Amino acid sequence: MELLIGQTLSGLANGAIYACIALALVMIYKTIDHLNIAQGEMAMISTFFAWQLMEWGVPYWPAFFLTIFVAFCGGVAIDRVLFRPLAKAPVLTHLAGFVALFMILNSVAGLVWDFTIKPFPYPFGTSPFLGSSLISTHQAAMIGISMVLLFLLYLFFQFTRIGLAMRAAATLPESARLVGIRTGRMVSLGWGMASAIGAVAGMLIAPVVFLEPNMMAGILLYGFAAAVLGGLSSPAGAVAGGLLVGVFENLVGTFVPGVGHEIKLPLALALIIAVLALKPNGLFGRKITQRV
Amino acid sequence: MSAFLEAKDLDAFYGQVQALHGLSLSMERGTITTLLGANGAGKTTTLRAICNMIRTSGTISLNGQRISGRSTERIVEMGVAHVPQGRGTFTTLSVDENLRLGAMTRTDHRGIEDDIEKMFARFPILKKRRSQQAGTLSGGEQQMLAVARALMLRPQLMLLDEPSFGLAPLVVQELFEILGQVNRDDGVSILVVEQNAQLALKIATKAYVIASGRIAMSGAAEEIAQDDEVRKSYLGY
Repeated sequence: MELLIGQTLSGLANGAIYACIALALVMIYKTIDHLNIAQGEMAMISTFFAWQLMEWGVPYWPAFFLTIFVAFCGGVAIDRVLFRPLAKAPVLTHLAGFVALFMILNSVAGLVWDFTIKPFPYPFGTSPFLGSSLISTHQAAMIGISMVLLFLLYLFFQFTRIGLAMRAAATLPESARLVGIRTGRMVSLGWGMASAIGAVAGMLIAPVVFLEPNMMAGILLYGFAAAVLGGLSSPAGAVAGGLLVGVFENLVGTFVPGVGHEIKLPLALALIIAVLALKPNGLFGRKITQRV
Repeated sequence: MSAFLEAKDLDAFYGQVQALHGLSLSMERGTITTLLGANGAGKTTTLRAICNMIRTSGTISLNGQRISGRSTERIVEMGVAHVPQGRGTFTTLSVDENLRLGAMTRTDHRGIEDDIEKMFARFPILKKRRSQQAGTLSGGEQQMLAVARALMLRPQLMLLDEPSFGLAPLVVQELFEILGQVNRDDGVSILVVEQNAQLALKIATKAYVIASGRIAMSGAAEEIAQDDEVRKSYLGY
């Protein structure tokens, strides 16, 4: 029983990270209708930036928040420089853009910081959380920080004017322009926020998977699985999907004989295929009711 | 005195295809003007050209201020509310959110809340549906919502693209009565594109008939309505 609870909790901890990545994917998907396969690399570069700041002597929290800010600006820059000129281009052009971004970020990280793995600090250490043997302080922090971030995002989208404008621009860009929303800015904002969310996820998972240019490869796959499971058009679905994937992965890895650590990742891929085959809209990607 | 809305020598293009050929029109403040013509004549394109949603050359001015060449968002800020074909409803958002989006360019928080209440008084059905997804409204309700959303801008000029499209005759009657009220009571000038020429000519003071991207005929709405020649060749009734 203890093992089950413990594994579920640590599944939630990983799941919180998948949820962040999935949400970042969904945000960009909703604004530009394309899946950003470079999302993981953007998070990785941001995490390296944080590491570099700390190497230069900046304490953890200032480095954490400065990284979020820089990641946001980086996301906006990627939109302006790379994807805005492609706005009307076909799908394959976008795909090429994403692949290019992926390779560039990955190689630049390797070039600047090389490919050896580096330890990344824990913000709160790894002692047992509140003296409990079920979950470590860092796992609790992963859950706590992610949930606070996701809740703030929910408030932003649901209750602020800019949040409403962003949702409107994502659903019907032309109508949005006709009520005076500057849709280009909303897309940039979406990129900035997705990049910032990714940075948080990267910094939280880096102590666990260690820092190196390919650190996000697995995480991104789980993030994809989570986004697909939740339904690519549903931010809430992405979060729920992330948590479910995290728990599923951990429980199957622990309790199903023969599924060791090596099989966990293919499980994520199997999950994507299963969802696409059985429920292509995902669990929460509702069909929009509409009368004409 | 120059006209309230004045468009001169508009050429507009969809890619390589030219849709407007030197089209000019003008309307006076506080009036309802209608654009009539067959499918594909360029009525929608004219509205899109006014809002700079299509590549256009020529000059357009509002209140003597040049608006051609400005971005769509900027033109909206200047008080031009455009309800596009298909109404442009944000179907996945709530009725309340749709109204708030209409006021996106305004910053007077209190005024916006007041106006929302005014819209609910004017369109009681919207109050009932307040937190419902706009896509679940009937066609007539959605058209009311579209007009209400446009009014939330406190526009000087409202551009309506086939507001009667797909609506039951009774609903169309009601809609046009409301448009008349909006024009009289709120002093909003309206430029309306319609297939239903008979109805549009009844509420409009001036009419333009468009054919192949050019003005084929213009004049007082009453005269156009009585001209059998025009009716048969362009309006088809």
